[in-house]
Amino acid sequence: MNAWLEHLPSLPIITPLLASALMLMFPEHRRVPRLTLALVSTLIQLVAAVAMLVLTTDAAPGFWPEGIGVYAIGGWKAPFGIVLVADRLSALMLTLNATIGLAVVVHSVARWDRIGVHYHPLLQFLLMGLNGAFLTGDLFNLFVFFEILLAASYALLLHGGGVQRMKMALHFVIINLVGAFAFLIGVAMLYSVLGTLNMADIAARWAMLPEVDRGIAGTGAAVLAIAFLIKAGSWPLNFWLPGTYSAAGPPVAAAFAIATKVGIYAILRLSSLVDAPGSSFGEGWLFALAAATMLFGIVGILAARQLSRLIAFTVVLSSGTLLAAAGMGSPVMTGPALFYLVGSVMASGAFFMLAGMTERMRTASIEAAEDPMVPPASYNAFSVGEPPALQPPDSEVGIAIPAAMAFLGLNFVCCALLVTGLPPLSGFVAKVALAAAAIEASSASGVSPWRAWTLVTALLAGGFAGMIALSRVGMRLFWSVTDRNTPRLRIVEAAPLAFLILVCLALTAGAGPAMRYFDDAARDLNEPDAYIRAVLGALPEARP
Amino acid sequence: MELIVALAIGVLTGSGVWLLLRPRTFQVIIGLALLSYAVNLFIFSTGRLRVDQPPVVGDPVTDISLLADPVPQSLVLTAIVIGFATTALLLVVMIAARGMTGTDHVDGQERDS
Repeated sequence: MNAWLEHLPSLPIITPLLASALMLMFPEHRRVPRLTLALVSTLIQLVAAVAMLVLTTDAAPGFWPEGIGVYAIGGWKAPFGIVLVADRLSALMLTLNATIGLAVVVHSVARWDRIGVHYHPLLQFLLMGLNGAFLTGDLFNLFVFFEILLAASYALLLHGGGVQRMKMALHFVIINLVGAFAFLIGVAMLYSVLGTLNMADIAARWAMLPEVDRGIAGTGAAVLAIAFLIKAGSWPLNFWLPGTYSAAGPPVAAAFAIATKVGIYAILRLSSLVDAPGSSFGEGWLFALAAATMLFGIVGILAARQLSRLIAFTVVLSSGTLLAAAGMGSPVMTGPALFYLVGSVMASGAFFMLAGMTERMRTASIEAAEDPMVPPASYNAFSVGEPPALQPPDSEVGIAIPAAMAFLGLNFVCCALLVTGLPPLSGFVAKVALAAAAIEASSASGVSPWRAWTLVTALLAGGFAGMIALSRVGMRLFWSVTDRNTPRLRIVEAAPLAFLILVCLALTAGAGPAMRYFDDAARDLNEPDAYIRAVLGALPEARP
Repeated sequence: MELIVALAIGVLTGSGVWLLLRPRTFQVIIGLALLSYAVNLFIFSTGRLRVDQPPVVGDPVTDISLLADPVPQSLVLTAIVIGFATTALLLVVMIAARGMTGTDHVDGQERDS
């Protein structure tokens, strides 16, 4: 049994790869086998991620020492081969990804997977890229997984067609290509002075760098950070984000909600490893950028007129909050930041789905103008036969849920509470934990109180702005419209939304145990010696 | 040789960035192509520039300082493949955008219209 369990870290990458390859064997109109493959693959990923979540705690101390599982691909030991490393942070991100993935797969069954071709294979590739980025222990391998998830996200963004999506996709692709070049330059600079691409090896050698090479290594890390900040949506590299996220189809935007967090994950991971005494990972800069990002998010939230655009700006705000927490440079911030990350990804994922459903409440004339009812052009381009006949969304057959308006309204309130961080839901717990940690950091360790209070002020202002904007939108959507049509919600599109909200509720109820896990993950992150030991066997000697 | 390679990378990057900031999609994609050449050369040069040296070969007694570093070469190969694929994808998006919006401006509309 243990012999098979050893291969567990490779499962979240291999499963979606195989599933999407198999899906392509079936023609587009055979939806049942394709859908079954997508569901089974996502479920396997969820099970594997939860298994890793359990194995990285102290529940199975004998299996993975110190809760860090290392999988050497092809049996080549680090630092020569590429390793996958499953520690607490990775397992957490994998679970989050699989949860969102499952919700997105089910939600899109109702309608979205039929308005273009190859939706499910692309979604699986996106999940594969995300899983790989969270697991890999090699910097160049991280680049490859970034490109996989980006390539899938380009196609997913274009899914459904339309002029607006096309314009946004053009910007999105160009910006991410430039980001990829920045990534490559950063990796190459680090390699030129450190002579390694293995993250643990980089961390081990960073401390022994001769004084002459420090400048190049630091510049390399900074160039690398540009690539991550583009992905994370930090100001001033985030002007693509609101337009892209609001142009994408609702389930696609929900899946993108976690793609932003890959940048945050990479920054957390690398800043924990590349943190030699006396050289911080540009924390002053990071904090300043984060504060600007939060301000940009707040202004955007207040200015946005369209619900999906507003949610995109809350994604910007949450990115800014996380970057600010990382830029505080204090170990007590990491645990609450992870709690905030999990909650905000779920909430914005659910919110994007909700926004897609509320769009249908508008009157028919507006809907006809905006809804992509034109026959999907991609069917002709790929010669996969006739496109399926698409009825307007409300006349699709299937089991509808009763009291659709009440369901939408209730979920809107839940999402708004989660996003703005009002009690009693998990957004509130996360924000209180963040603020408390910031104040503690400023009084206990050497973080300047100026930063702590900036963060607290921005957290409160963000919540306040969100409340104003969301109550305005909520009133317009649910109360003040006279000639709206009540949408017919099918259970397959409503259930994933309810599922995500319920997970957030569970996170609120189980905040204690969850917080303990996040704090353990943060401790691992702040004391990378265990990570380095697990990957390299022992701390390497100084370079000859 | 270092000077020539450095100049080449510098000129390619400079022209690439300038073209990238232009408003026409064709200029942007040429700029991206130039930038990718610059990046590939840059990665290649991080393995130190050596002429007529083999990469790692089987003979264990050879002094490794005489060998060319094979890692940047393999990195360049991967970067070329990925850059090529994504540039091809961008080209498709670009042509589609040109067809749908009727203009080759990156914003999908002329600035004064």
